[in-house]
Amino acid sequence: MAEQGAKQGASPIIKIAFFAVLAVVLLSGVLFSPAHPGLAIHPMDQFEIKPLFGDGHGKLGLFTVTNMTLWMVLAIIGIVLLLVVGSRGRAIVPTRGQSVAEMAYGFVYKMVEDVAGKDAVKFFPGIMTLFMFILFANFLGLIPTSFTSTSHIAVTAVLAMIVFVFVTVLGFVKNGVGFLGLFWVSSAPLALRPILAVIELISYFVRPVSHSIRLAGNVMAGHAVIKVFAGFAAALGVFSFLPILAISAVYALEVLVAFIQAYVFTILTCVYLKDALHPSH
Amino acid sequence: MASNTHSTDAAHGDAHGAAEAAGMPQLDFSTFGNQIFWLVVTLVVIYFVLTKIALPRIEAVLSERQGTITNDLTAAEELKQKAVEAEEAYNKALADARAEANKIVAEARADIQADLDAAAAKADAEIAAKAAESEAAINEIRAGAIDSIKAVSKDAAKEILGSMGYKADAKSVTAAVTARMKG
Repeated sequence: MAEQGAKQGASPIIKIAFFAVLAVVLLSGVLFSPAHPGLAIHPMDQFEIKPLFGDGHGKLGLFTVTNMTLWMVLAIIGIVLLLVVGSRGRAIVPTRGQSVAEMAYGFVYKMVEDVAGKDAVKFFPGIMTLFMFILFANFLGLIPTSFTSTSHIAVTAVLAMIVFVFVTVLGFVKNGVGFLGLFWVSSAPLALRPILAVIELISYFVRPVSHSIRLAGNVMAGHAVIKVFAGFAAALGVFSFLPILAISAVYALEVLVAFIQAYVFTILTCVYLKDALHPSH
Repeated sequence: MASNTHSTDAAHGDAHGAAEAAGMPQLDFSTFGNQIFWLVVTLVVIYFVLTKIALPRIEAVLSERQGTITNDLTAAEELKQKAVEAEEAYNKALADARAEANKIVAEARADIQADLDAAAAKADAEIAAKAAESEAAINEIRAGAIDSIKAVSKDAAKEILGSMGYKADAKSVTAAVTARMKG
């Protein structure tokens, strides 16, 4: 009996809170509904690269400082804050910041060791560089009104090409012509091997494409979707709470994607590195 | 009603936006050189920060921690060993003390036994001496008694012979009494 009473006591409070929130949302929708409801959703505007100084419409030279430059520098600062400032105490019992830095170190180190093998550990600093850059670019891009470097195919393509060229050269340096054994599936029947070799060759050269587009595409799509919902929210007036809820949900997903895509890019790099070091099937 | 018009506008705007999206900033090749330049600069900076400062430092901290943990474990193992040794020494001391105590008890018991034996022997000897003495005295008394009986017998025999009218020769009476006494 008492339990039922408590439940009945709790539920009106929740109901009242819910209706209060709803009322505030509706009221604000009415009060702040745009004067010109003519909708202008430009989901791709956020990806525009503009010079940081001047009127923002000048021509881009090779060395022009742009909004992308700004956010890349912020990524560097973030990495320095985490890994250098965070670990400055060199404490045996780590502080909070230091243990996060150690966790990041251990996470990538273990990944390289487990996926690419023990002899790949000497390439760990490079892989750590890729991981930290992508991670910080992705997370900084989640700050509203910020700029996401990794949403640009030019950036991710360069990252993927660095990995591709490095891994290919390393494969030939380490194994000589034996690296071509990667394409010659010795476990398959002899008749099938040439066909498989063609397929393997194609898939090898598709690697940098998928490697780069996966990252840029995921990041870009999420940001564009958020922007489209934001446009709806501006247009729907009273019912804007629906797209705002959707934005919250997509944003939560994007936080996950930001980490997962950095992880996926790094682990694929490790897989390619393993192929270069041990090309046998 | 107002929201209705809004949503139709939204549909319009969406289509408009989609048309514009054909010009994706990502595909504007004129910005590629600039992007690649700054990306390479960023990567080089991050790489140097990591290889020169961050990674060696974190590695040092991690290995130092590992070393500390190993040392602590070794120290704990040593202390444990010492504790075991101390316990063994304690047990050994206890056993030694017990053995010593037993030995002392046995010695004391042996001493007492020896004393007791000596005392008993002495007492026996004394008793034997006393007994011999007494026996001698008894023999003396007995001898005295026999002599008295002899004398009394001689006198009695002489008297008896005298009263019967015989002249008693002292020598032969004595011989006769002595012969009788022997038998």
